[in-house]
Amino acid sequence: MIGTIVRIGWLNLRRDRVAQALTFVLPILFFSIFATVFGNQRNPTRKVSVAVVDEDHSDYSRQIVAALQAEGGLSVETTVSKDAPEPLDRAHAEALVKGGTLPVAIVLPKGLADHAQLWSGSTGDRVAIQLLADVSDPVAPQMVQGLLQKVSFTAAPQMMASQGINLFEKYSGPLTSEQRERFDAWVHEPSASRGTAPAQSSGVSIGLPIDIVNVMQPAGTGNDSTISFYAAGLGVMFLLFSCSGNSGTLLDEQDAGTLGRLVGSRVGLNGVLTGKWIFLTLMGTLQLCVMFTWGALVFRLPLASHLPGFAIVTIFTAAAAAGFGLLLATLSRTRAQLSGLSTIVILTMSSVGGSMFPRFLMSDTMQRIGLVTFNAWALDGYLKVFWRQAPLVDLWPQIVVLAAMAAVFLAAARVFARKWEAA
Amino acid sequence: MDPSSSSSTIPLAVTGASKRFGQVHALDGASLDVGRGRLIGLLGPNGAGKTTLIRAIAGRIALDSGQIALFGRPLTPRDPRPELGVVPQELAIYPLLSARENLEVFGRLYGVSGRALADRVTWALDWSDLASRAGDPTKQFSGGMKRRLNIACSLLHRPAVLLLDEPTVGVDPQSRERIYEMLGSLREDGMAIVLTTHHLEEAQERCERVLIIDHGRIVASGSVPELIADTLGTSRTLTLTLAAPLPEMAEMPDGVTMTGDRRVLRAPTDGAHVDRDVARVAAVAARSGVAVRDVALTGASLQDVFISLTGRELRE
Repeated sequence: MIGTIVRIGWLNLRRDRVAQALTFVLPILFFSIFATVFGNQRNPTRKVSVAVVDEDHSDYSRQIVAALQAEGGLSVETTVSKDAPEPLDRAHAEALVKGGTLPVAIVLPKGLADHAQLWSGSTGDRVAIQLLADVSDPVAPQMVQGLLQKVSFTAAPQMMASQGINLFEKYSGPLTSEQRERFDAWVHEPSASRGTAPAQSSGVSIGLPIDIVNVMQPAGTGNDSTISFYAAGLGVMFLLFSCSGNSGTLLDEQDAGTLGRLVGSRVGLNGVLTGKWIFLTLMGTLQLCVMFTWGALVFRLPLASHLPGFAIVTIFTAAAAAGFGLLLATLSRTRAQLSGLSTIVILTMSSVGGSMFPRFLMSDTMQRIGLVTFNAWALDGYLKVFWRQAPLVDLWPQIVVLAAMAAVFLAAARVFARKWEAA
Repeated sequence: MDPSSSSSTIPLAVTGASKRFGQVHALDGASLDVGRGRLIGLLGPNGAGKTTLIRAIAGRIALDSGQIALFGRPLTPRDPRPELGVVPQELAIYPLLSARENLEVFGRLYGVSGRALADRVTWALDWSDLASRAGDPTKQFSGGMKRRLNIACSLLHRPAVLLLDEPTVGVDPQSRERIYEMLGSLREDGMAIVLTTHHLEEAQERCERVLIIDHGRIVASGSVPELIADTLGTSRTLTLTLAAPLPEMAEMPDGVTMTGDRRVLRAPTDGAHVDRDVARVAAVAARSGVAVRDVALTGASLQDVFISLTGRELRE
């Protein structure tokens, strides 16, 4: 019985070239345009949250932490939580970045003060500050790196000066005793009267060495993250459009009288809705598969290496979208009504939920608002799969929410569909 | 009560059906029954309650009171109705599917499968004269072909009772004739059929019983002659057309009237005294030496009955 409903949907889709184009071609076209235009896009400035791990526990490292906290462009976290005074360690900080809580973590490694080389020509063992970065945010790591360079000078100018003089003596010969006395006197002056030293360079590089560690994609797969964002964002948006459009067959069937025949048959209204939902879920799954396959073939999106996570997120996303489409259709009385309603609701949800613009580049408030939308949860699922390399078990929040949304949408659609039952 | 049915085997019986939509009485105690092999016409002005009654029988509307029974089995709206086939007024078929695919789909939905379904689809295609176009999308069909398929889609599960809501609306006379031939074959197989129609001539010619519904009530029921006799009596009109105008001084017997040009004479008569009245009126012309060119005897039509009972034309 339900299989028959699915068959009806399939036969209709197979014969309707416009529906096929809307379902498969238009999304690919939009995806290609967005991916091509925005593939190398970088975001505007904003305040960056950063975790700082002090493994050195030296005066120098504490000065760097203090200087970072004084930076207006950074929001620095040094403890496990605001309520717990326990300082962050490297593993915890990395987990925060991988989990998407923060885009960057700074690790000041042990021995930093002893082996810090502000001048590239300085002698001694090289110890580099590590930046654990989420490359899904292309701006934050760059911004933090620049600020870190700055504070490495301003936090300990005497160290930079001492190392500079040592470097000078190495290549130009020792200072005279008078020069050495004057220099030592300057180094030991209070910092307030000394001012900050400008970072200049002529032939030698200056500043602390900083290694950026991509905790999301250690292998360094280039621009894949941006491509997968647009594949997911546009895919989900067009999935909603195609599901709502195909759900409109309920209204067509109501007008034609076929819905009355279906409801009057053994399958009943529950069977009709269930059959439609299954068909829409299968169609949506196929649509997203086509979209991501296109991304893999043309834009080198790493689909093959993420198949299990992709499959799970896609199925639940399609199921929820199918329920949402049926809800919109049962809320509407005519095709025109459905068309207008779905356009408004879907575009709004897509813009707030991150389909058009990454949520991680939005303000914290907007990111929280976005969570009321279907798109945000679906996209977060794809982000975990493609960016955060999250294990399958870590997808449970998104899967649970999407499954719950599917159930709620279907239940609501069933309630609104009562108008088609015996009055 | 349909004389062909005993109370225990009446395929369809509706008793005191009432349904209100807000302040409107869509059905107000309507009752009917249909025997095996009978074709019943349900007539009424727009809004009289025809479609509501059909939908109630089909289980699409819950009655406020009254009862619907199939073969003596009282039904609620949620009860299955395997003995019932319903043909909606709309063309309830999928335009992108072929005739065969439509038949297969609706056959499966009504519980027919496997070999039985294949046999029934073949039968339906032959019966509806669509076998040669079985593989074509129905959007390419003419209105008459769609109507025939629309009916066939309701017959795949071999219903014993068939309800048709305006089955011939929008089709040409040839297609209409074909549809009634199809319904005739179903009647011969013993199917009980109820149809609504706006075509009074169709009901008069095709239906052995006619039910007139108005304001949700069955206001008359019977064969067309019975309805005329019961409503308007057996009165008919005798009309003689003369070869020349009657002279001014010609005497008119009681009850005989003459048109202004003095060429047509009319007189009421009834079925029992037609020969006497023809002779009486013809004598008026003979006495004046005027020949009679034509004689006509006209009776009341179903339309006269309809207007008499409802006070409205059928299409109002």
